[in-house]
Amino acid sequence: MVPDKRVTIDEIAAEVRDGMTVGIGGWGSRRKPMALVRALCRTAAKDLRIVSYGGPDVGLLCRAGKVREIVYAFVSLDSIALEPHFRNARQSGAVTTMELDEGMFLLGLQAAAWRVPFLPTRVGLGSDVMRFNRSLRTVTSPYADAEELVAMPALNLDVALIHMHRGDQGGTGQYLNVDPYFDDLMCMAAARRFMSVERIVETEQFLADGPPQSIRINRLMVDGVVETPHGAHFTECVPDYARDEAFQRAYTASAKSDDAWNDFRARYIDVTEGEYQQAVAP
Amino acid sequence: MRDGPPTRAEVCAAAIADCFAHDGEILANPIGTLPVIGGRLAKATVAPELVMTDGEALLVENIIPIGVDNPEKVVAGWNPYRTMFDVVWSGRRHVMMSGSQLDKFGNQNFAFIGSYDAPRTQLLGMRGAPGNTINDKTSYWIPAHTTRTFVPVVDVVSGVGYDRARELPAHGGRFHDIHRVVTNLCVADFETPDHRMRLRSVHPGVTVDDVVAATGFELAIDGAIPTSRLPTDDELMWIRERIDPNGLGEEEVPNP
Repeated sequence: MVPDKRVTIDEIAAEVRDGMTVGIGGWGSRRKPMALVRALCRTAAKDLRIVSYGGPDVGLLCRAGKVREIVYAFVSLDSIALEPHFRNARQSGAVTTMELDEGMFLLGLQAAAWRVPFLPTRVGLGSDVMRFNRSLRTVTSPYADAEELVAMPALNLDVALIHMHRGDQGGTGQYLNVDPYFDDLMCMAAARRFMSVERIVETEQFLADGPPQSIRINRLMVDGVVETPHGAHFTECVPDYARDEAFQRAYTASAKSDDAWNDFRARYIDVTEGEYQQAVAP
Repeated sequence: MRDGPPTRAEVCAAAIADCFAHDGEILANPIGTLPVIGGRLAKATVAPELVMTDGEALLVENIIPIGVDNPEKVVAGWNPYRTMFDVVWSGRRHVMMSGSQLDKFGNQNFAFIGSYDAPRTQLLGMRGAPGNTINDKTSYWIPAHTTRTFVPVVDVVSGVGYDRARELPAHGGRFHDIHRVVTNLCVADFETPDHRMRLRSVHPGVTVDDVVAATGFELAIDGAIPTSRLPTDDELMWIRERIDPNGLGEEEVPNP
């Protein structure tokens, strides 16, 4: 019998407390757990350290005043190259950062998942990643080559939030697009792991929808699961739906002034998930 | 089909194709509109052995058009981001990236302008530039060659240049290889004794003085600089009919 780990989005958001490190799955403006991010914007949590292959999740949380530090290699909306709220937060000095190479970021999650303090890599040598992140250290190979490598520290997460296409009530998750991104690593790097899914299905349904390797998230990786149809909106969640480019442009316009943001916030953030979905329905 | 003599964008595409022409069986990974056109042009003509992606997570063997929805794909591999890092770190790749700033040793910045704590202009971030440049052959594409882009000193080193790579201990820079820089005005390389950027050719209609005036540091210029080659009729057919039927390259670099 599959355990029942179903929870609500507000129960998940309440798991995030002041000062925690929160990893968010997806990549850029693709398959982001936006229903969970919006719910997190509505809580009182603050001073968060956000770890993300960043998209509008990072921008929204920055604009909502939740963020102390961002750990990232990029923050982009893909079809709109630069994330406007992230840019405003950076340029005003409102957040501190750990800016990494995309691959260093992967190794940090992998180190956390494997419970080792660091993983060695050539990546970062010679670049300003080493100059800006003064806590980064190098390590010398103990073998005859004596090569000096970057010791990428583990990115240990308090909470991971991911969004998958299908899941069952036990917390198994399946992706149906072409790239799993790093959602499994996010979960394995975290103490508490939460997954939203487009649809909760019977376990028997997984192999009707995709091959075994599409079942990327096993239930060892997940503490709670919630069904949030259209829950990655406005980011891409193919094959279920494409990115909502018109809405993404409206989101981008909300960075133009406080009035524009307050209007956006009132209509799309300070509402229930059901009201949000009604407001954005085509 | 578009006709008429080769445009500036098509000269750029041919120059980009030449960057990948002798790479052998590696992943040619051009990023950006004309880089993709030029990379696919190389695979379509002189270098069919190149392995290329569809721009996302699939490896495809046919030449697919740019900016066309749902093109037919001959899929020959799955290359999600995690697999791409395996390729990058194994060294079987030549990437062509863009940059907001580039200096004379090929240090590249697309992270931000100004200070780290509160940048004047926040750009993309480091992305994969540190890892690309320390592991793989790298070329750059600069669609607007100006003194704002070609600067004496970059604000941030995202992509590692020759001076930084040379300073690394214990051969840390042994896989570092900045190959070429292609711009809307010229082609440059680093084939000088101390790997300073060198002017290799100027595009038809561009003078050496034009390039010097648009460059914020001293380019190595030895002797008479040749003119960049024109694309062949076969290459023009590939660009106009098969690779870029909608003329996206012409939008990126308008014909002067």
